[in-house]
Amino acid sequence: MSATATAAAHDDHHHGPEKGLLRWVKTTNHKDIGSLYMWFAFIMLLVGGVLALGIRTELLQPGLQLFEPQVFNQLTTMHGLIMVFGAIMPAFVGLANWLIPMMVGAPDMALPRMNNWSFWILPFAGGILISTFFMEGGAPAFGWTFYAPLSTSFAPDSTDFFIFAVHLLGFSSIMGAINIIATVLNMRAPEMRLMDMPLFVWTWLITSFLLIGAMPVLAGAVTMMLTDRNFGTAFFDAAGGGDPVMFQHIFWFFGHPEVYIMILPAFGIISHIIPTFARKPLFGYSSMVYATASIAFLSYIVWAHHMFLTGMPVAGELYFMYATMLIAVPTGVKVFNWVATMWKGSMTFETPMLWALSFVFLFTIGGFSGLMLGIAPADIQYHDTYFVVAHFHYVLVTGALWAIIAAVFYWLPKWTGRMYNETLAKIHFWWALIAVNITFFPQHFLGLAGMPRRIPDYALQFSDFNYVSSIGSFAFGLSFILLTYIIVDCIRNGKPAETRPWGSAKGLEWTLASPAPYHSFDLPPTRAEILAESQHS
Amino acid sequence: MKLLLTLTSALTALIGSRSALAEYTLNMTQGTTEISKDIYGLHMMAFWVCVVIGLVVFGAMFYSIIAHRKSKGAKAAHFHESTAVEFIWTGIPILILIAMAIPASKTLIDVEILEKADMTVKVTGMQWKWQYDYPEEGISFVSNLSQSSRDVINASPEEREAVNENEDTYLLSVDNRVVLPVDTTIRFLITSSDVIHNWWIPSFALKQDANPGFINDAWARPTQIGTFRGQCAELCGKDHGFMPIVVDVVSKEDYAAWVASKQAEKVAEAASATMAWTEADLLARGEEIYNANCSGCHQKDGSGIPGVFPAMKGSEVTNGPAEYQLDLVINGKGGMPAFKMLSDTDIASVITYERRSFGNNGSVVQPSDVTSVR
Repeated sequence: MSATATAAAHDDHHHGPEKGLLRWVKTTNHKDIGSLYMWFAFIMLLVGGVLALGIRTELLQPGLQLFEPQVFNQLTTMHGLIMVFGAIMPAFVGLANWLIPMMVGAPDMALPRMNNWSFWILPFAGGILISTFFMEGGAPAFGWTFYAPLSTSFAPDSTDFFIFAVHLLGFSSIMGAINIIATVLNMRAPEMRLMDMPLFVWTWLITSFLLIGAMPVLAGAVTMMLTDRNFGTAFFDAAGGGDPVMFQHIFWFFGHPEVYIMILPAFGIISHIIPTFARKPLFGYSSMVYATASIAFLSYIVWAHHMFLTGMPVAGELYFMYATMLIAVPTGVKVFNWVATMWKGSMTFETPMLWALSFVFLFTIGGFSGLMLGIAPADIQYHDTYFVVAHFHYVLVTGALWAIIAAVFYWLPKWTGRMYNETLAKIHFWWALIAVNITFFPQHFLGLAGMPRRIPDYALQFSDFNYVSSIGSFAFGLSFILLTYIIVDCIRNGKPAETRPWGSAKGLEWTLASPAPYHSFDLPPTRAEILAESQHS
Repeated sequence: MKLLLTLTSALTALIGSRSALAEYTLNMTQGTTEISKDIYGLHMMAFWVCVVIGLVVFGAMFYSIIAHRKSKGAKAAHFHESTAVEFIWTGIPILILIAMAIPASKTLIDVEILEKADMTVKVTGMQWKWQYDYPEEGISFVSNLSQSSRDVINASPEEREAVNENEDTYLLSVDNRVVLPVDTTIRFLITSSDVIHNWWIPSFALKQDANPGFINDAWARPTQIGTFRGQCAELCGKDHGFMPIVVDVVSKEDYAAWVASKQAEKVAEAASATMAWTEADLLARGEEIYNANCSGCHQKDGSGIPGVFPAMKGSEVTNGPAEYQLDLVINGKGGMPAFKMLSDTDIASVITYERRSFGNNGSVVQPSDVTSVR
């Protein structure tokens, strides 16, 4: 391409964002859409958090004080759905939008108009989901796993709206995944080989394939529900020759890859932050890539470990137990690599590092309880108790959410061009860290003592730890007010950030100015630039 | 602002007032059967394996956090790869997992494979109670959350103390208990008549899904006389938290006596269905049955929940012809479960109660009417 042609092609690129509110509706810019995703996820996080506080307030004391049992079930169901589909997944897609083009040396995402659409579906899907609270018969009350036939023959009318919302969320996720794959494979700087890609890009590439594999299965499950409910089919009704357990097989064939969809990008984020603040290259770059791919593969063949008590044949239980235990191996490799990255480093403890280090510690605790749950005979006692609740909140709150918060603090200077208040951010970190453990650690004890999950009231031997857990949750909920303040304060009043606010950080995104220009790379980075910023050197 | 103040003060009141509470426990129960003890052993093994791995990994992590920090003048090394190390920390976990999988597989096979049972109990979950059938003994009954627990669910902590609800059994007591003989291998056939439930007795380490339209089996061999309590462990709708399980394990002699008394009860019940009952007697009995079996959905005052559970009050069913209502109660319809397991007298009483209370003006139904419809 001649120099003049390049200049002409770039002319219409440099006009920058449109003015006014319509900018956000019409935008096809990856940074704008990334911000939209992040703010949407943050609002959903607050909505889901308020529902969680409702649950914990009801469980503060034995007896029913605030909510009828049916309403309580609506709260647990909507809390789960909103957090999974409204907060965690969109937040990771938002991070991908912001970061992947900058990390692979691209100007923008490969499919910008589809990018706009895949975001703008979300508020409608979320709105439909939340509107079910105000319908006659109330919101869905069958748990976020919506097992048939409770979600088919025995569900409120609003379930059809829930099904539609899930379809929309699925469209959005699949489009987001296609866009990421297309961007990584086609828009990557020509000189960047796959094994030069930063781990956040690698983990998201693999996650995208998980999404494309898993979301259509979820769509299938809700479509079968829809026809069972309205068109006289009997997929999940034994009276018509169906099988309610088949629902669980289909759901978890989606559901298990789904939990890795929510954690693999987190692994990527942590693999960026720890080397930066340990001032040492990531240990075992290629083994990290292979471990991610192994986890993704295994995630498709372990689904029935959620179903040990459905009456599976013993051979099936043995297989799913072995396959599940195997996941501990690549996950362990990741944790060992992070620790080896810290080893003999020169560590400092800025806010992103604090979140990343506590991620490693707390996610590993969640991994330990996951290993225990994987042992099929022991799962007889753990299954559907608060032990499970504690487990998945350790991996999703102090795992996925922790990584998202770490990422926000780490890349905020690049996004906004401003620094956040380090002192306040550290206070917030310690506050949230203590509160989250007061909330979720006692739930291990509750589960082992025999408290089933999803109950609005409990026997009195469970009172003490429920009380502690609820108090912790109030403190954890309050910490988000401070987080909101810190972020808004950074955007409005933060001190200007340097191009490389973390001197030791590697990655092409740090070669761009702070804040990053509206279009990331006009010219692809050279081989030398790519190698200088790669994680494996 | 006023709303905020009200909310805050309500919350403070909730946090402040705590009634005396039962003892908490930290760990899984060891239970009272061989299987439950094996499972406890596996749980503790897995726990200690995690503790040891945790000590090593977190030990290394905290050591470098403390020793390799910039503020202490630590200079960063540059190593970033070692195939040998990657092999070691892939291989060692695999060996540990194999060591854990061997005893786990053994216990799993013990749990799942039963050669021969001494007796059978059929357990049927339904919203939100359990039905127990002893097919060989011809015994059948329904087990509901006890009235004493029901009475205080909505009470404030102070009211709760005033009624002096038995602390240890709140939400864990029932009207009709399962009775089982000690040192006997019992096969449980577990199913459901509506949604999925799960029958769980922690002390037996017995937890099995009750799937509608399918029968799962599980077994236990209780070795200790006593009362054991459990709960439904699969979300099954509104009152999922209120369908406990209570099992009395008794000596073989006591069990035989219980079977005899249950069978005599059944004969007396059948006899009572042939006589004509007064309306007052039917109403008194009907109220009890209504509160235990029907009030969960249709509400204690018969008002139902709009859009989900139809009202009894002023309904066409309770004020119309009795035949339709009889069919509805005996055979069920849609979300309404079939109640054919209740005796003729019970069905007649509860229908009469529904037709003559809440301001309704339907006709009285006699047990003989039920007999003729069946």
